[in-house]
Amino acid sequence: MRAAYDIIIIGGGVTGAAIARELSRYKLKIALLEKEAELAFGVSKSNSGIIHPGTQNPPNSLKGRLCVQGNKLTKQIAKELGVDFKEVGELIVIFNQADLTRLLEIKKEAEELGVGGLRIVDRLWLRKHEPNLNPEVYAALYAPTAGIISPYRWVYDLAENAARNGVEIFLEHKVIDIRQSGSLRLNAAASRFEVLCSQGNREVNSQVSLGAKYIINAAGLYADEISGMVGINDFTIKPRKGEEFILDKKREYLSNHIIFPLPSPISKGILVIKTSDGNPMIGPTAQEIEDKEDLSTSDEGLKKVLEGAKRMIPSIDENDIISYFAGLRPTAGKDFIIRHEDKAPGFINVAGIQSPGLTSAPAIALMVTNLLKNNGLKPRKKWFFQKYRQRTIHLFDIPFNKTKELMKEDPSYGEIVCRCEMVSAKEVRDAIKRGARTLDGIKFRTRAQAGRCHGGFCTTRIMKIMAEELNIPLTEITKRGEGSEIVKENRDSRTA
Amino acid sequence: MAAAVAAQKAGVKDILLLERDQYLGGILNQCIHTGFGLHHFKKDLTGPEYADRFIKQIEAIRDIEVSLKSFVVRLTKDKILTYLKPGKLEEIKAKALIMATGCRERTREMTHISGTRPAGIYPAGLAQKMINIEGLLPGKEVVIIGSGDIGLIMARRFTLEGAKVKAVIEIQEKTRGLIRNVVQCLEDFSIPLYFRHRIAKIYGKDRVEKVLVENTVNGETFELPCDTVLISVGLIPENELIEMACVEIDKKTNAPVSKEVNKCSIEGIFVCGNSYKVYDLVDNVTRDSVKAGQMAAEYLKGLK
Amino acid sequence: MIKKITCIECPVGCQLEVETDQSGHVIKVTGNKCEKGPVYAKQETENPMRILTSIVLTEGLDLKMVPVKTNKPIPKAKLMEAMAAVKKLKLTKQVKVDETIASDFLGLGVDLIATRPASFNSH
Ligand SMILES: Cc1cc2nc3c(=O)[nH]c(=O)nc-3n(C[C@H](O)[C@H](O)[C@H](O)COP(=O)(O)OP(=O)(O)OC[C@H]3O[C@@H](n4cnc5c(N)ncnc54)[C@H](O)[C@@H]3O)c2cc1C
Ligand SMILES: Cc1cc2nc3c(=O)[nH]c(=O)nc-3n(C[C@H](O)[C@H](O)[C@H](O)COP(=O)(O)OP(=O)(O)OC[C@H]3O[C@@H](n4cnc5c(N)ncnc54)[C@H](O)[C@@H]3O)c2cc1C
Ligand code: SF4
Repeated sequence: MRAAYDIIIIGGGVTGAAIARELSRYKLKIALLEKEAELAFGVSKSNSGIIHPGTQNPPNSLKGRLCVQGNKLTKQIAKELGVDFKEVGELIVIFNQADLTRLLEIKKEAEELGVGGLRIVDRLWLRKHEPNLNPEVYAALYAPTAGIISPYRWVYDLAENAARNGVEIFLEHKVIDIRQSGSLRLNAAASRFEVLCSQGNREVNSQVSLGAKYIINAAGLYADEISGMVGINDFTIKPRKGEEFILDKKREYLSNHIIFPLPSPISKGILVIKTSDGNPMIGPTAQEIEDKEDLSTSDEGLKKVLEGAKRMIPSIDENDIISYFAGLRPTAGKDFIIRHEDKAPGFINVAGIQSPGLTSAPAIALMVTNLLKNNGLKPRKKWFFQKYRQRTIHLFDIPFNKTKELMKEDPSYGEIVCRCEMVSAKEVRDAIKRGARTLDGIKFRTRAQAGRCHGGFCTTRIMKIMAEELNIPLTEITKRGEGSEIVKENRDSRTA
Repeated sequence: MAAAVAAQKAGVKDILLLERDQYLGGILNQCIHTGFGLHHFKKDLTGPEYADRFIKQIEAIRDIEVSLKSFVVRLTKDKILTYLKPGKLEEIKAKALIMATGCRERTREMTHISGTRPAGIYPAGLAQKMINIEGLLPGKEVVIIGSGDIGLIMARRFTLEGAKVKAVIEIQEKTRGLIRNVVQCLEDFSIPLYFRHRIAKIYGKDRVEKVLVENTVNGETFELPCDTVLISVGLIPENELIEMACVEIDKKTNAPVSKEVNKCSIEGIFVCGNSYKVYDLVDNVTRDSVKAGQMAAEYLKGLK
Repeated sequence: MIKKITCIECPVGCQLEVETDQSGHVIKVTGNKCEKGPVYAKQETENPMRILTSIVLTEGLDLKMVPVKTNKPIPKAKLMEAMAAVKKLKLTKQVKVDETIASDFLGLGVDLIATRPASFNSH
C-alpha cells in the first residue's frame, strides 16, 4: 500500500472538487482520484454552465433544496476563488394565457424551496428587457438569481484551491476495486478500505493501492460501479444525453437572460443560454441512452434544438453555430442519492448527480461533511485555511492598458497564440503550470482553440509550447489523454 | 506584400507592413506544391518560391517598414489600430489602410457533421501546416471531405508521406478543383473519389476510428475505417477587424459589402486578397492587390 | 489496349482514348479538341513524369523543415522511391531559394533544390 488517507474522494468532477475544497478546511489527509488525464473531463465539462436559482424542482426534493443553497454558496465561493460568476437572471416563457396557471405553480413551488425575487413579467417588460424574444411570448417568470459560470474553470479553481490546502490529487488513477477490512470499528491507525487503482501510464498499466478510513464516491456516470465494489447495488446510473450547440460570440447579446420554455417532466426543455465566455448556447436535448461513453451528436438533435430555440428567439440562425457537444446526465431515479452506507461503514455515496448538479456542488459538499461528522469523523479545523485564490489572468477580459503593464513583467503576453480568442503564449504556459496536460485542458483553461477557427491557427503553436514546458515529444501530446494523440509521426526522430 | 510594393511605386513614402507570423508570405509558405505564378511570373513556382520573390522586393524598398510577430487586435473606424508584439502594445493611426488578412478554413462544426469529437479531425490547412512546416504526420489512414484543390493536394501529400488515403468524399456532382490536381493527386495514387456522397457520422472515442459515408442520391451508406478525417470544405474571408471598425460585412460570405474591387463601406480602408473574396489563384490575388496599393496611394493624394 | 485518360494541358479537360500496342507505345489518340492532347497522351502513357515537391529536415537552422522540389520532372514510378530518399536527408547548411540540396538525385539527372531560404538559428 502506497499511503493511507483519512478520506479518499473518487471522481474529479465538480462534485468531487467541491467536496475536496470544503474538506480541505480540516486537518485531514485527503486524496482525490480521477481516472482521466485531467479533472472535469467527465460530465462536468459538458453542461449548460447555469447556476440555477432553484426553480423547476419538486418542492420536497433533495436536489431542489441543495440547488437553492448551492446557488448562494457558488456566488460566494466564486468570489473567493476569483472565478467569474454572472448573475444574469432567467426567464421561463409561456406563449398563451392558459399556461399561466402552470407558471404560477412553478413560482409557488420555487418559493417554497426558498428561491427569492421571483415575479411574473408581462409583454411590455419583455419587449424592453428582451427585445429579440418572439413577440408571441405571452408572459414569463423572472428569476433574477440565476447565474452563469464556466463549469471547467470552476472545477479547476476549486481543485487548485483544495490542493493549495493540502488535498493530494491523483490523475489517471482509475479505481478498479475496493476491499473492506473485516473490522467495522474505527481504529485510529487502521484503514477500513483498500482502494485499488490502475495507473494510466504510457508504458505499463501499473497498479497501486491506497488505504482510506472514509470513501466518498463522486464518480458521476460510474458511481453505481464504484458503489457495487463495496456491495451496495441498489441503484443504477442511467445516462440521459443532452446535445448542445454553441453560437458565435458575435451573437453574444442575442438574449440578456437565460431563456427557458415551460419544463417537461424529464427536462427543462431547449434553452437559450448565455455562457461566461460570451458565446450563446442552445440546447440541451434529453434522451435516455444505454452507453455511458456515447458522446455523439446527431442530425436530429440539431434539428430539435434549432426548432426549440427559434421558437423563443426567431433570429437564431443555423450558420451562427460554431461548435457542438453532448453531455450525459448521470441519473439514478428522479433525485440525487447522497447518503452514508450503514452496510459499508465509512462509505458515502454521492450518486445520481444529474442537473442541477453543477449548481448544487458546494451544498452537496456541506451535506457530505455533515454525513462524515454524523458517522464518526471528528475533524478539527486548520488554523489557516487559504480560502482565496488569485484570479487567473485572461487578456480577453482585461483592458489594453493593463495588458501593457503585464507585458513589462513578461513580454510573452504579447506573443499571441490563439487569434480568435486573443490568448498569449504566457497564458498557455501558466495553464500548463497550473496543471493542464492536454490540448482540451489548455482549451478549457484559456479558451485557446475554442473560437471560430477551432484551432486551425493555434494548434501547432500550443503543441510546441507544451512539448517545451512538459519536456515531452510532440507525438505524445494528446487531445484529452492517452489514445487521443494528435499526430502519429515526427520527421525529426531525435524527438519522436 | 504586393499592395505594399505597388503603393510605394505609386509614390507613398511611409508604409508599415504588419504581420503576425514570424515570416512574411502568409499561406504560401505552407503550399509547397507547384502551381503558383504561371500568369504573374510566367513560371510554375511553388508557394514559398512565389512568396520569396515578393519578400526580396520588400527587403529592397526602404520606405516599407516590416514588423513581424505583430498581431493587430483592434481597429476603429478612424483607422486607429492596436497591435501586440512580444513585449509591446502599440496604438497607431493610419491615413490609409490596406487589409490583406487572408482567410480561414470552414470547420467540421460549420458543416454540422454528426458523431463524436475525438482527436484526428483536422481542417486540411492545419494538416498541411503540420506536415509541411512542422514535419509532423497527423495520421496514417485518412478520409478527406471536399474535393477542392486543397483537399486534392493534401491527398497526394499524405500519400507521399506514407499514409493511406482511403477516399475523397464530395457532396457535389463534380470537383471544384483543377483537373490537373484530380489526375496528379488522386489518379496517380489510385485514390477513390466519391461524388454526391457525404460523411453522415464520425465514430471514435479518443481518436477517429471510422466514418459513415452516405450516398446523397439513394441514401445508401458504407463505413470506412480511418484514423483521420480532413475537412476541406471551403474558406471564409477573415474580416473580424474591419467588422470591429463597423465596416459593412456580408453575413453569408463574411466578405465586405463592396461596389468596386478592394473597396469597403469606409473610405480609405481597402481590403484585398483572400480577405476581400476567396481567390483560387495567387496570380489574381497579386493582380488585385497591386490595384489596392495604387488605390490607397490615389486616396492619399486626394487627402492633401 | 485502350485506356481513358484526362488531358490536363488546359482547363477543358478532354477525355482522351489512348490506344497502345503490346510494348506500350501509343498508336492512336481520340477525344482531343486540339493538338496538345495527343502529345500529352503519348508522354503520359509512355513515360509519365512529375515534379516532386517535399520537405527536408534540418538541424541548427531557423526552419525545422525546408521545402524542396526536383528542378525537373522525374518518372512518376520513381516518386515513392524519391520520397524515401528525401526522408533520409538532413540539411545542416544555410540555403537560398534554388540552391541545390542534392545533385543528380538518385542518379535521375535532376537536382533537389530548396524552395525557401533557411538560415542558422540566431540563438
Ligand atoms: C447537457 C447537460 C447540461 C447540464 N446543465 C447543467 C446546468 O446548467 N446547471 C447545473 O447545475 N447542472 C447541469 N448539468 C448537470 C451537471 O453537469 C452534473 O450534475 C455535474 O457535472 C455532475 O458532476 P460530478 O462531479 O458528479 O460528475 P462528473 O463530472 O462526471 O465527475 C465524475 C468523475 O469521476 C471520474 N470517475 C469515474 N469512474 C472513476 C473511477 N473508476 N476511478 C476514478 N475516477 C472515476 C470520471 O472520470 C469523472 O471525472 C447538466 C448536465 C448535462 C449532461
Ligand atoms: C492549401 C492552398 C493551396 C493553394 N494552391 C494554390 C495554387 O496551386 N495555385 C495558386 O495560384 N493559388 C493557390 N492557392 C491560393 C493562394 O495561395 C492564396 O489565395 C493567396 O496566397 C492568398 O494570399 P493573401 O495574401 O490574400 O492571404 P494570406 O496568405 O492568408 O495572408 C494573410 C496574412 O495576413 C496575416 N494576418 C491576418 N490577420 C492578421 C492580424 N490580425 N494581424 C497581423 N497579421 C494578420 C496572416 O498571418 C497572413 O500572413 C492556394 C491556397 C491554399 C490555402
Ligand atoms: S486536348 Fe487540347 S483542348 Fe482538350 S484538354 Fe487537352 S489541351 Fe485542352
